[in-house]
Amino acid sequence: MTLWNWLLLAVAAAYLIKLAGYLLPRAWLESPPITDLAAALTVGLLASLTVMNTLGNGQSVGFDSRLLALAAGAVALKLKAPYLVVVIAGAAAAALGRLAGLP
Amino acid sequence: MSAEADGRPWPWLPDGFTPAVRMGLSIAVAVGLYGISFGALAVTAGLDVWQACALSALMFTGGSQFAFIGVIGGGGTGAAAWAAATLLGVRNGIYGMQIKALLRPPARLIPVMAQFTIDESTATATAQDDHDERVRGFWTAGLGVYLLWNLFTLVGALAGDALGDPRQWGLDGAAVAAFLGLLWPRLRGRDPIAIAVVAAVVTALTLPLVPPGIPVLIAAAVTAAWWAIRRSGGTP
Repeated sequence: MTLWNWLLLAVAAAYLIKLAGYLLPRAWLESPPITDLAAALTVGLLASLTVMNTLGNGQSVGFDSRLLALAAGAVALKLKAPYLVVVIAGAAAAALGRLAGLP
Repeated sequence: MSAEADGRPWPWLPDGFTPAVRMGLSIAVAVGLYGISFGALAVTAGLDVWQACALSALMFTGGSQFAFIGVIGGGGTGAAAWAAATLLGVRNGIYGMQIKALLRPPARLIPVMAQFTIDESTATATAQDDHDERVRGFWTAGLGVYLLWNLFTLVGALAGDALGDPRQWGLDGAAVAAFLGLLWPRLRGRDPIAIAVVAAVVTALTLPLVPPGIPVLIAAAVTAAWWAIRRSGGTP
């Protein structure tokens, strides 16, 4: 399947999940285990995606300027910076690392 | 966000704007602007401008959109990108249930409201104290974020296309910070932090072992296993 096919399938799934919240029985969705699972999955996936984007290099691990971006983002978040500033801090740290000759 | 919810974040807005509308509008501007980073990162990950815009217009849930392009950008397959985006969208189902219980919307509006049911519209609606304000908050944040998120996705995608080598501009670092920024506010309490650490370690260990994109799904499976053990009364 092409990227477009998977993209449209993901779009459909995203919408059906949103709609399901309105249509599925409340007792089922509101049960604490399901709420916990949704919260846990969100945290687990975002943590995994953070690491994958920091270290992933195809099917290998690479240590490069993206680690500076991770640190800069953490500092910005610690200082309660707005989201856009956090993203820019990450980009600036990685760009400066490359400018300094780091991989 | 809470600081914006209780003062008057934008004193120059007309007095007729209620607190829910003010909150919705300020969130819409803040979140909409970072559509630039999504658009730029999407084309960096290998999507074209149309695909970046289609994700914002049709999928319209930032976490899942970033997950989709994050897996593709890391060399993962479309199937792995689909799975990561879909799993990350599960929380929107919970939001839909909350909004339905809180706003009691007429059935004919539900198919439309579903599309605008995201982190920001749910947060704005649930932060209000009375029914009318909740409705105003949901729609102001939902529609406001939608308009600006899509506009700035296009701007970012066109800019990203024109930039050349994304690494030179640190755009791969921007993606790292973007995911950390989505994760950060959810790290409250012992369980979320423990889950994040486990998911991070599992991802780092499996990255060299399995095809790109799959470590994210393994981390999701480990997270679900954690949930199952907690549910049965154990302490992992």
